[in-house]
Amino acid sequence: MKTMTHFAFFDEGSKKEIRRATLKAVAIPGYQVPFASREMPIARGWGTGGLQLTLSLIGKTDIVKVIDQGADESVNAVSIKKLVQQTTNVALTENTEAASLIQSRHRIPEVPLTKEQILVLQVPTPEPLRQVEASEYITKRLHAEDEYSGVWLLLFEQIMKYGKTATGADHPVYVNGRYVMAPSPIPRFDNQKLHYSEALILLGAGREKKIYAVPPYTDVNSLAFEDYPFTVESFADHTCYLCGADDVFLDELIDETSGKSYYQCNDTSYCVDRLNSLKEKEAAPTHA
Amino acid sequence: MHEQPILCVRNLNKQFGGGCQDCRETSTRKLERNYCSTCGTVYACQDISLELFPGEILGIVGESGSGKSTMMQCLYFDEPVTSGDAYIHDVELEGQNVFNLSSQKKRYIRNHKYGMVYQNPVKGLKMNFSTMGNIAEKQIAAGNRNVTTMERTGSELLENVHIPLFRAKEEPRNFSGGMQQRVQIAKALSNNPPILFLDEVTTGLDLSVQANVLDLIKRIQRESGISMIVVSHDLAVIRMLADRTIVMLNGAIIEQGLTDQIMEDPQHAYTQRLVYSLL
Repeated sequence: MKTMTHFAFFDEGSKKEIRRATLKAVAIPGYQVPFASREMPIARGWGTGGLQLTLSLIGKTDIVKVIDQGADESVNAVSIKKLVQQTTNVALTENTEAASLIQSRHRIPEVPLTKEQILVLQVPTPEPLRQVEASEYITKRLHAEDEYSGVWLLLFEQIMKYGKTATGADHPVYVNGRYVMAPSPIPRFDNQKLHYSEALILLGAGREKKIYAVPPYTDVNSLAFEDYPFTVESFADHTCYLCGADDVFLDELIDETSGKSYYQCNDTSYCVDRLNSLKEKEAAPTHA
Repeated sequence: MHEQPILCVRNLNKQFGGGCQDCRETSTRKLERNYCSTCGTVYACQDISLELFPGEILGIVGESGSGKSTMMQCLYFDEPVTSGDAYIHDVELEGQNVFNLSSQKKRYIRNHKYGMVYQNPVKGLKMNFSTMGNIAEKQIAAGNRNVTTMERTGSELLENVHIPLFRAKEEPRNFSGGMQQRVQIAKALSNNPPILFLDEVTTGLDLSVQANVLDLIKRIQRESGISMIVVSHDLAVIRMLADRTIVMLNGAIIEQGLTDQIMEDPQHAYTQRLVYSLL
């Protein structure tokens, strides 16, 4: 038996509410807009925030791509893709350029996004001040008063302990010179892709019931002290062992027999694209 | 010559509760200590006026429940006042009642003009952050974004309060009570505030540590000329530190004058009891 579901799972009232929160988020870059996070067929903390954004935005002509830590084929990405497809019947793709709506967990694709695209990021902890202040009542006021010494203090502590800012991911950013925002746990490598991004970037936290946004062409600056400038992860001297890329975010893998580490593109579709185009070049007839 | 006070408080009132017909009128209210037995409203501070002059230490003494700490919290904006004015003698803030300023402006005053040392270090310090981080927090709040200078200031201050530098990166929760109190003092001093509030700083410390902390406060005052308000229920502390003293009872000021004068010749019956119990 197959029950008939509404287009994109939600009833129209729910979509309207989420879209309204989204519009507000776009109007106030970096501000966390509370919304009534719905009960979803996947558990909270597994991308429900992103999924709700995707489902409220999707139209019949959209082409959807879902990635999880850069991979198109991880269980999570596949399950979310299936849910979206079964409730909307839209086309799916793994090609970043072909997608109009991209839902992602913890990565921004390597291929630069365009103004025709929307990137939806899944967020576990939207509040950059949460580590210093447990109370939502107070963090709201700190945001209102532009009082971010807590976030700076966290970075200062890292410098004290490790001699550098040691955020592995989720390095806080100033959006449009006003709100400090947690960019979801994307690596620092991706922070610069937020700055003046051509695509609209939406961030949804289902468990924490918050939606926020970085509109296209918005100023996004990573927090850094004067004498400890912001740096991204360095992969100097390493290249992808499959496609040879050296300017992308790489995963370190360990060869179990030799115990040596080797590197591979984190963004799988980017890697596959490169491999395909390399093959085409090889297969192309030479007229020597 | 008349000096201008750096902090001037006029008719500060703080009540907890809405009040009722029996207690709303100041002149006719009948309170049980500072408490209205009809509606349960507590009048913690009643018509407090005081002046703090540059470089002086003003002592505030009174039994527990007399409204000393509440007054301090009001001045530091931890608690909103019910009514009253306060003026800070400062180019930017001249003539403005600081109680009526926006919360941003109040935060600015806290970060730039005030320092506070709480009775309980848990209130003033972040126990799970390093000592250096705690001192830096205040400088960050005051707009400093340079790690090297903040670390340098922090080290100087820690040296001043006799905390060995090799413990600077440790968290204050590992410290003894006296050390925590000294870290609080270092933090309060980190942005050179012209006004420093000290709320029962020596309570709960043993005598030799008490002496250490008091020495430190005296030295800071002598060397940097910071104006301080020192709240204590301990007359011995007040006698050692304060130039002038205010005696509070049930939320109101009952006596004020030079500390020596109050110690030698107390006027009010309560002050007399207090002074005679000192020996």
